[in-house]
Amino acid sequence: MEFLVASAIGVMTAAGIYMVLRARTFPVVIGLSLLTYATNLFLFATGRLAIGQPPVISAAATGYIDPLPQALVLTAIVISFGMTAVVVVMSLRAYLETGNDHVDLPGDASPEAAEDDWKLRARKPAPAAARGGRGERA
Amino acid sequence: MNHLLILPILLPAVVGALLVLAARHDGVLARTFAVASTVLLLAIAVALLVLASDGQVRSYALGAWPAPFGIVLALDRLAALMLVLNAVLGLGVLLYAIGGWDQRGKHFHPLFQFELMGINGAFLTGDFFNLFVFFEILLIASYGLMVHGGGGLRVKAGVQYVVTNLVGSSVFLIAVGMIYNVTGTLNMADLARIVPQVPAADQALLQTGAVLLLLVFAVKAALVPLHFWLPGTYANAPGPVAALFAIMTKVGAYSILRLYVLAFGADAGAAAWLAAPWLLPAGLLTLVLGMTGVLAARSLGQMASFAVIGSMGMLLATVAVFTPQATSAALYYLIHSTLAAGALFLVADLVAERRGAQRDRFAAAPRIAQGGLVGGLFFVAAIAMTGMPPLSGFIGKLLVLDGVRASAHAAWFWALILTTSLIAIVGFARAGSFVFWKPHALPAAPASAYRPDGALSFVAVGGLLACLVLLTVFAGPVHAWLELVAAQLYAPAGYIDAVLGTAQGVR
Repeated sequence: MEFLVASAIGVMTAAGIYMVLRARTFPVVIGLSLLTYATNLFLFATGRLAIGQPPVISAAATGYIDPLPQALVLTAIVISFGMTAVVVVMSLRAYLETGNDHVDLPGDASPEAAEDDWKLRARKPAPAAARGGRGERA
Repeated sequence: MNHLLILPILLPAVVGALLVLAARHDGVLARTFAVASTVLLLAIAVALLVLASDGQVRSYALGAWPAPFGIVLALDRLAALMLVLNAVLGLGVLLYAIGGWDQRGKHFHPLFQFELMGINGAFLTGDFFNLFVFFEILLIASYGLMVHGGGGLRVKAGVQYVVTNLVGSSVFLIAVGMIYNVTGTLNMADLARIVPQVPAADQALLQTGAVLLLLVFAVKAALVPLHFWLPGTYANAPGPVAALFAIMTKVGAYSILRLYVLAFGADAGAAAWLAAPWLLPAGLLTLVLGMTGVLAARSLGQMASFAVIGSMGMLLATVAVFTPQATSAALYYLIHSTLAAGALFLVADLVAERRGAQRDRFAAAPRIAQGGLVGGLFFVAAIAMTGMPPLSGFIGKLLVLDGVRASAHAAWFWALILTTSLIAIVGFARAGSFVFWKPHALPAAPASAYRPDGALSFVAVGGLLACLVLLTVFAGPVHAWLELVAAQLYAPAGYIDAVLGTAQGVR
């Protein structure tokens, strides 16, 4: 069981980090979700992996399992769920306002971003205005 | 238990919620409540500062749950100092925002209150999972504030900021899990008690967790190589929000100072001074990179961002010496650099508002309205930020240079601080001459582009700069008091007894 849980956490973290490093927002959001899943599972595992043990003190029990990591995981899940929603909404807003879903800012050295971010370039405000987009100085 | 301790968290939380519910559509009402709340917060923070000045650490057990089991708040001199600093900067920024920024989007004032609440909570809490929660509160509020007013570039920079911090939060949780797994506690004072007793077999896990936690605080404090999110975020955030963010980097510095002196300090056995070998080179590197960035920046906002990075480098390198003398100097510099960076971001915004399409970029633009006044404010802020006499930046740097003399790395400090000061002065001088002098060679622009600000904006900037003047004039008493702060910090027994002692009192 230890091997299974450990490798699951490892694989999810690796996949999450790979996705977070992608250049477009959608894979980044997926990557963040995978990372938070891995984190939650890791936190859960810090209470030791055991089956059939009581979490609170009972006279008949021979061993106990720590209930606190589960409370921590609950907090972490709520926060990460909320944050995923926030990052989805902000990515959508960025996509709608700029017309592309690149993570990089225009002017950063990324060939992909440079390709179609000319609309955003602050020195050329005219195309953005012609497109009907709301410029920064609206 | 003194109930005053919970008020810096409770007051902005209640007022923030009230603002969302009752004052959503009424700008005047929202402004009144926000200012009243922030002024009250300042009064509470000052009262707590007076309370903490007697040298006693006070703890507040939430729900009266005894200390290692429940969450506690702890107030010592350092926490009280940070609360006052937060309230002063918050009030200045709020007054500036009322000059017009708060009406450019929705929910500025509630988010602002929640931001203050999160920062205050991070300063007060004595439990490091609770620290995570308060980090999240201040971050969530900051996500909203960051994209206040909208605009494609700003939202895009906001997405980067959110993603960076979400990855940081994941690492925070993993670090908390590792430390909890080894020590079985989340209470910082209890952690300080247990860390020296951790067996050698568990040391690797404990120290990995602690270094991961350092990594998270380093992201917040914008330490090289984790600084990359800051210039994009601060330069694209609304001016007053960037000014408020000047204290968010200090939350990272405060957390490092708190946890790594208390739990991984002199008494920590095998894990003693765990942070120092990482923090010192990273801090010095940050100082060099930040101040070089000042020279390379292409706009006032970017320049102020890199100045913040540079000052964080100096602050954290000085903290990394981990002696009371260096720490008291670092704290003086912390107060100074927070207020100076706040003022500088507000001045950059004053300029950007007046230059039309060129904003605050270093590009040719006609003369600006009230150029003399704005230029004068920039001059004062620049003197403060670069650490030139006569303002407090100079005294801060002198104190730091003096404070690190006993360190084995003093030669590095002296060489790098003095060289980077020169670089920063050149960078600021270039920026000032470009923005305020060169336009005089250009024909005057049609006046229609200018939106004359009310006096309030200038009052806010002037107020922050006046605080710097006060900090300069009263440098002696302030530094003497900061030595007491450092002395209390480096005698963690008092903190541990105060937090865990209440547990025995209740039982």
